[in-house]
Amino acid sequence: MAKVLLKGVSKEFGKVIAVKDFTLDIKDGEFIILVGPSGCGKTTTLRTIAGLEEASAGEIYIGDKLVNDVPPKNRDIAMVFQNYALYPHMNVYKNMSFGLRLRKVPKPEINKIVRRTADLLGIGELLDRKPKELSGGQRQRVALGRAIVRDPRVFLFDEPLSNLDAKLRIAMRAELLDLHQRLKTTTIYVTHDQLEAMTMGDRIVIMNEGVIQQVDTPQVVYDHPVNRYVAGFIGSPSMNFLSPTIVKENGNFYAADKDYKLKIPGDKAKLLKDYVDKEVVLGVRPEHIDTKATKRDHDPGGVFSASIWVVETLGSEKLVHIRSGEKYTLIARLDPHADIKTGETVEFVANMNLSHVFDKETEEIVF
Amino acid sequence: MFKLRPFSKGLIYLILIIYSIGVFIPFLTLGLNSFKSLREIFLTPFSLPSYFRIENYAATWKQANLLIAYINSFTISIVSIFGILLTSSMIAYILARYDFPFRRILYLYIISGLVLPARLAIIPIYLLLRDLALLDTRIGLILVYIATGIPFSVFILKHFMEAVPVEIEDSARIDGASPWKIYSLIILPLCRPALVVVGIFNFVAIWNDFFFPLILINSRSKETIPLAISVFFGEYANQWHLLSTALWMATFPALLMFAILSKQFISGMTQGAIK
Repeated sequence: MAKVLLKGVSKEFGKVIAVKDFTLDIKDGEFIILVGPSGCGKTTTLRTIAGLEEASAGEIYIGDKLVNDVPPKNRDIAMVFQNYALYPHMNVYKNMSFGLRLRKVPKPEINKIVRRTADLLGIGELLDRKPKELSGGQRQRVALGRAIVRDPRVFLFDEPLSNLDAKLRIAMRAELLDLHQRLKTTTIYVTHDQLEAMTMGDRIVIMNEGVIQQVDTPQVVYDHPVNRYVAGFIGSPSMNFLSPTIVKENGNFYAADKDYKLKIPGDKAKLLKDYVDKEVVLGVRPEHIDTKATKRDHDPGGVFSASIWVVETLGSEKLVHIRSGEKYTLIARLDPHADIKTGETVEFVANMNLSHVFDKETEEIVF
Repeated sequence: MFKLRPFSKGLIYLILIIYSIGVFIPFLTLGLNSFKSLREIFLTPFSLPSYFRIENYAATWKQANLLIAYINSFTISIVSIFGILLTSSMIAYILARYDFPFRRILYLYIISGLVLPARLAIIPIYLLLRDLALLDTRIGLILVYIATGIPFSVFILKHFMEAVPVEIEDSARIDGASPWKIYSLIILPLCRPALVVVGIFNFVAIWNDFFFPLILINSRSKETIPLAISVFFGEYANQWHLLSTALWMATFPALLMFAILSKQFISGMTQGAIK
């Protein structure tokens, strides 16, 4: 177990900058998630920590040791790959024990560790099988087992669940968390799935185009995104974005467009002084839109009418795509029993207390 | 698998059957003629022998000095193939996985050997072996075979190795494997089908080669089989019956080798590695 520190790490491939000035302090035993769309540099960052790529600039510390020039095998890390990367010609036992055998661990010791780990993962019966005789979930466990037997100071996971079907993914997610709680090994986990990031991470690191956007706990990232990118990336369905203009009438601030005029709560309004008569980006999460008829405790200041375009019934909730004029589509997350029909025009309220305004140019958050 | 319509299936079978007969007949004729007398071969070339003259085999064995020739051919073929597999797989691995200046040029240089027949270079080869005092030695012949076997083998192996997922190697690196361990414990076992193909191909070529032993070997004690058999081609008359026997005996090990190793053409060796 160890803390991991990255100081200004960059990685360039020729002229392409994959990771730019990446600084992150990962605490001992922390489960940290790097999340972002494909090509955002998250896997490159992980491979750089593993030592499979050389950092073009910056410093990487594992424990208190600078490891930039330490080969992967001496960094005391273990990595699980997206496609498992099991050795196809070796059976499960040999796959799991390969690293220990290379490190010249005594045979009885290897036997003990491998069997204990296999039992922990529920693959004790499969030790004689070859990878091709295993199902996806079993291969995933073997790959995990291969990492665990080494008892490394840091686990690196590169999208380990993305090849599994949806049901198995949820089960494995819980198992991984359980495993982390038991082993308490520092874990760096890469995924493009924001749901995985939200559910698993102590902290999540949202990356885009090689640059860290925000690092914080899932709830903080969800409630207080630092910019439009993070706001749109985290949450499913994602945040609704509108482009109203800020207008000031009788001392009140409104976010207004042709079809709506939403009142901005007083304490937030003062942050908008410089934006009067300017276009901004308004972000409203689906769960913060409701019909006026069933409004829970929404500020009645934000009422607008819109027509129901599509209704997705999920059982636990209804996702309603609503349109106002031809200009925009919003998604609202409504009560499953809400009485809503396609084509109707309904009055909606938006909870302006929990909505966000972003600067149109910089896309940074205003509140 | 593709589902074929009965007509296409029948057509494919017909073509394969005709082809098989075409391949099989020379073997059959050769086999039958190896039991006939010279006179019988000319009178009834395609019929069964009147009786099976086992003595042909004994005569051939003695006249052509076949025991020595077998030993020589086996030693030279096997050692050459191991040499080829070892050098080619190392070259192929480096070319497939490591990036260094002039990598592509080096690769093109090596596989240019595919287009240029080594026989064209017989004079420089002869002079080189003479200067190294390797003329009329088995090791000299082996070195020539290894050198001429490399282009094709590198070509096949490199493409095969490129298909091995890089993650497997990354994984081994993190597990603590050195480049040599990755090559010997991961890459080579995974490339077994390709190694077998390369091995068989080179074995057939080396086993049957007449040209290089003819030029580079002088002593009868170092003759390979094709060279030994050539005694049956007289200046004025060929001893066809003994030649048939000898050819049959020469072909048999290659056939056997192929039959044994063809089991190794297992496809999908990397299946299960990823996904």
